[in-house]
Amino acid sequence: MNEKRFHKRVIFLAAYLVFAILPIYWMINMSFRTNEEILSTFALWPQHFTWENYKTIFTDASWYSGYINSMIYVAMNTVMSITVALPAAYAFSRYRFLGDKHVFFWLLTNRMTPPAVFLLPFFQLYTTLGLMDTHIAVALAHLVFNVPLAVWILEGFMSGIPREIDETAYIDGYSFPRFFITIFLPLIKAGVGVTAFFCFMFSWVELLMARTLTSVDAKPIVATMTRTVSASGMDWAVLAAAGTLTIVPGAIVIWFVRNYIAKGFAMGRV
Amino acid sequence: MIAPGGGVGGGRGGWKGGVREEELHGALLRQIIYSLSVLVVEIPLGIALALSMPAKGWKASVVLVLVAISLLIPWNVVGTIWQIYGRTDIGLLGATLAYLGFDYSYTGNASDAWMTVLVMDVWHWTPLVALLCYAGLRSIPAAYYPAASIAGASKFAVFRYVQLPKMRGVLMIAVLLRFMDSFMIYTEPFVLTGGGPGNATTFLSQYLTQKAVGQFDLGPAAAFSLIYFLIILLLCFLLYNWMQRVGTADKESAHE
Repeated sequence: MNEKRFHKRVIFLAAYLVFAILPIYWMINMSFRTNEEILSTFALWPQHFTWENYKTIFTDASWYSGYINSMIYVAMNTVMSITVALPAAYAFSRYRFLGDKHVFFWLLTNRMTPPAVFLLPFFQLYTTLGLMDTHIAVALAHLVFNVPLAVWILEGFMSGIPREIDETAYIDGYSFPRFFITIFLPLIKAGVGVTAFFCFMFSWVELLMARTLTSVDAKPIVATMTRTVSASGMDWAVLAAAGTLTIVPGAIVIWFVRNYIAKGFAMGRV
Repeated sequence: MIAPGGGVGGGRGGWKGGVREEELHGALLRQIIYSLSVLVVEIPLGIALALSMPAKGWKASVVLVLVAISLLIPWNVVGTIWQIYGRTDIGLLGATLAYLGFDYSYTGNASDAWMTVLVMDVWHWTPLVALLCYAGLRSIPAAYYPAASIAGASKFAVFRYVQLPKMRGVLMIAVLLRFMDSFMIYTEPFVLTGGGPGNATTFLSQYLTQKAVGQFDLGPAAAFSLIYFLIILLLCFLLYNWMQRVGTADKESAHE
């Protein structure tokens, strides 16, 4: 019985992974071909293997600086989101105060608002402060949707930890910061890991704000990419190569937080 | 629902220009059906995926990275890749379907287009649900499982009374996120099908953008954004309250 279930699980997982990987494989496949070949022939692997598309990206400063800019503001945004959201989520999960439920739900409404709504205010504010076209500008703007997300996810994890743990720690004479860092955080490691990844991901793929608030010095890769669509038609091959490269930093991030996500409670000590 | 007769604030003139009631209602209905389909497919699939992902070791790391990859691709690239991927002459998906004898065409057939947009969304976003649930599952103390099996609980009972309640918090955020994001979906169907054929995949945001921005009329555009936001807010609020009630009812019955 047990073995059979195990078998089913593996088959299901394998089937899903195939479903998940095939479109990505197709993108990688396209990135090693020329536009003519992509549009004319069906081939499971590149017929005339070429590095040209990657060369285009790595030799043109306006292309590769897009990656660097994106990484800078996404990293800033992720760190800020987590730093702000940890205490906020703790407060929402542990204290009852007037209107707590409403404020908690209100937070999420920032995530529901179409980003276009925030564009004009941000634009005016940043122009006044002289922040336009800087990395910090985009990082701050992305907090609008990442902080609510982070607070919500972290609150879910924190509420799963029994209150008795907090109380026991106080009785044992732990100060609050020490309790929070040495006891509480390890317990919600999985939550922090997955939150960091989601903040990274949503900031990484956001296009509208990132494009509007930057022009040259902080132009992100998602905005640079839109230039493959031009009057002369799509540059499929370069777009596929750029798309393949956008996966790399995120894959590295998840590789680093994987231990937090995968081990979770099992490794946390109380 | 949206001011028949045109009585929204001062935007009377704006509302009458360009927006036809039936079209708007059509787009709204399509949008709601689409968002519900997204939830119905992605939430169970995400939970199942989270349950079947290995818990530790190098396999867990590899599976995690593979599952997460689709989330990291910028949305316009997702649409573009599927545009090629779904073509019957040069794309893997389209060619396979054609080889199997299906008369598949996401540009010509309305239901094919709709299904393609849905499958693309499932491919793109199920990992979000799965990763959240996976992290939720991992924070269940390992001691619960032997305890449950000593108590003679079946696999399903463990899922229903141990795993599901522990995942309640993350499931709530997963449902709300998927709902609001699918309600605001714009880039991917726009790039893939451009809303067609006909208006089979013209969802609410695209319809409103066409009407408002396409005519460079900022008054109606602002009114649309506001109404749009209120619809999402209302639906999310209902969903949130409903899920909270279901969750606490569970808790109470579990305590009895």
